[in-house]
Amino acid sequence: MLDLLKSQLPTLITIAIALGAILTTCAYLIYIERKISAFMQDRVGPNRVGPLGLLQPLADGAKFLLKEDVIPGHVDKVLYLLAPCVAVFTAMLAFAVVPFGPVGDEPSWMRFIIAPDLDMGMVFIFAIGSLSVYGVVLGGWASNNKYSALGSLRASAQVVSYEIPLGMSILGVALVSGTLNLEQILAQQAKGGFLAWNVWTQPLACLIFFTASLAEANRLPFDLSECEQELVGGFHTEYSAMKFALFFLGEYTHMITIAFLMSVLFFGGWHSPLATAESAYPGAWAVKLGVLFAKVLLVILFIMVIRWTIPRFRFDQLMGLAWKVLIPLALGNVIALMVIRQFGLSLWWSTVASAVMFCIAGAISTNASRAALERARSPLATAG
Amino acid sequence: MPLTLADSSPVDSPDREYLWTLNFGPQHPATHTTLRLVLTLDGENVVSAVPHIGYLHSGFEKLGEHLDFNQYVTIVDRMNYISPLANEISWHHAVETLLGIELTPRCIYIRTICAELMRLHDHLLNVGTTALDLGAFTAFLYAFTQREKIYDIVEYASGQRFHTSYTRVGGVLFDVNNDWVNKVRSFVNAFGETHAEIHKLLTRNRIFMDRTKGIGVLTKEDAIRFSATGPLARASGVVRDLRKDEPYLAYRDFDFKVVCSQGGDCYARYLVRMQEMLESVKILQQAIENIPAGPINIALETDVVLPAKPAVYRSIEGLIQHFEVIMPNRGFPVPHDEVYAATESPNGELGYYIVGDGTPRAYRARTRPPSYIHFAMFPHMVKGHQLSDVVAILGSLNIIAAELDR
Repeated sequence: MLDLLKSQLPTLITIAIALGAILTTCAYLIYIERKISAFMQDRVGPNRVGPLGLLQPLADGAKFLLKEDVIPGHVDKVLYLLAPCVAVFTAMLAFAVVPFGPVGDEPSWMRFIIAPDLDMGMVFIFAIGSLSVYGVVLGGWASNNKYSALGSLRASAQVVSYEIPLGMSILGVALVSGTLNLEQILAQQAKGGFLAWNVWTQPLACLIFFTASLAEANRLPFDLSECEQELVGGFHTEYSAMKFALFFLGEYTHMITIAFLMSVLFFGGWHSPLATAESAYPGAWAVKLGVLFAKVLLVILFIMVIRWTIPRFRFDQLMGLAWKVLIPLALGNVIALMVIRQFGLSLWWSTVASAVMFCIAGAISTNASRAALERARSPLATAG
Repeated sequence: MPLTLADSSPVDSPDREYLWTLNFGPQHPATHTTLRLVLTLDGENVVSAVPHIGYLHSGFEKLGEHLDFNQYVTIVDRMNYISPLANEISWHHAVETLLGIELTPRCIYIRTICAELMRLHDHLLNVGTTALDLGAFTAFLYAFTQREKIYDIVEYASGQRFHTSYTRVGGVLFDVNNDWVNKVRSFVNAFGETHAEIHKLLTRNRIFMDRTKGIGVLTKEDAIRFSATGPLARASGVVRDLRKDEPYLAYRDFDFKVVCSQGGDCYARYLVRMQEMLESVKILQQAIENIPAGPINIALETDVVLPAKPAVYRSIEGLIQHFEVIMPNRGFPVPHDEVYAATESPNGELGYYIVGDGTPRAYRARTRPPSYIHFAMFPHMVKGHQLSDVVAILGSLNIIAAELDR
């Protein structure tokens, strides 16, 4: 028993650190999001609690814990209580196979991945990621509220649709790397240097992955399941206090996972563009950790800026984007990579294929939209 | 054309029992005020919508029969609280038409500037909330930053930010000074920048266009049939603007255009409002440089306006005249007559029908609010659209519940 504990000690430490880090980061991501939106909107943002409002997340957390935890009388109690747990649990579980540092280069007392050497790492993430919609669906269903039901129905349809382009965009990466193991994908990119980052050879896959994962995480412009303006919060309308905070936590954890996956799959993970392939000076792991976190933060900031810039899709437009745009493009991308692998062509042909497909899709969509514009033409005229 | 309401459509027939009802409001973030819609939904599609009114009914019109013409201005303020000064100007325009009063040139210009500021105020809010309802928060706050400046300007002139009660029969409450003129001038000159920012955020935004184009189409015929007015009618191609067609205040003096569109959809309404803001800026730029000197109130001999305070305190004639206007059993002479007069408020034609019976209070003070008439078109416009379009259409109609219910 003691031996088992001893052998598992690094894992336990890693879990403790990762969990703590995620929870703190989520709290501060909310702070960052509020500051960014304030910056974009000519406002000040939170600045009352602590210097620069830095203690705001703590105050919010305390508030969530101390608020009255209402369970409305008309809900299905078991599912109602289960839903936020599912949302957080799945979001956290998906993080288990994400390498959050230079794996293989770490100090002895901890690892930079909770579950190392998982050969089906990416499959695991998608399996768990799709499960996370159960939190939303159960929450909306159990709330026994029409707005919530609409929200959860939207969420389920949305996740089912966006799983497909998400998975297919990853398929290209898997084809090129020949593995589903995230550590190995990362190691290959790092070994090849700056130009081996998957984003250069598969820009289209990167774009599709990013778009689809925004939809998976229910972030604006894809937050149809909870849009305040129509559905008054959608699936979490009936939730309050800590249960509501758990949904929030799940969403932000999801966002962190996406950001890590983006960096690991497409942007070379902890590999710095300035470094040579092998840099084995003492403490290199700290630098690599810094590089990875910087990339992750940039992705998260980008997601936030998107949220405060553009409006939300309508439901049919959301479906149209998945089925008419992303899935054909992702399919085309996979086929192009298959051909390239089969005939042993240079990977740069994939970049060309991506660019061509992107231009074709753009041409088709602008032509289609031009036709639509002709139909619903509204030129502005002035008289008098 | 009769409106087909949900009550009269065969919702209860067995083959349509999968339809369900969604109660939209009266407390709902997208209704902005206390509106209530009962939607019949087929999944996400709206089969029918029944607008309900009366959640903010406060008996405003009845109060108009108990307050004198100057007192009632505090009530009309609260009808369309998005552009309060425009309501006041409209109310006193009607009263002065009834009394046959010719305003002084300075007062006319001040009122025109206020009216145009209110148009900017209203359109900014509407463009902002249209974006907000579609999920774009940032444009909304850009608009609100500018609205704040208009509040400051209005406060400088009247002492109140929101419910200004600034106009009086035959004039305005306070004169404006050069500081105010400078404030308006600097606001007007800086306004274009914000306008351009909102324009950049929304006008060519693909998602915004997809969400608003072809949504809630109101044809020209329908617009006329439903007696739509203001930006709503002009977006449907009806060329009507009271500022041009029946010029009041100082609009005859200015060079501006009536903005129209042929689309009739939410996008066209957005474009018309955006362009109208630029036309308002043009009017303001011309007006602010040409404010005539002179008194703000009409002559004392008309027994309608209050004498200056020093005259009240130091001469018996002044005191008597003050009481003649103020005392509830006195007041100024009102003809036995009825009048309907309307102005082009930001939201559409805002008219007042006043019946005078010789007393200083109106026998009847009926309001013609644009919101009420526009809200009646909602079921017609929303039919066949989706739940998400409900908020887009509602936003583009700019319904103000207080004005709706009165």
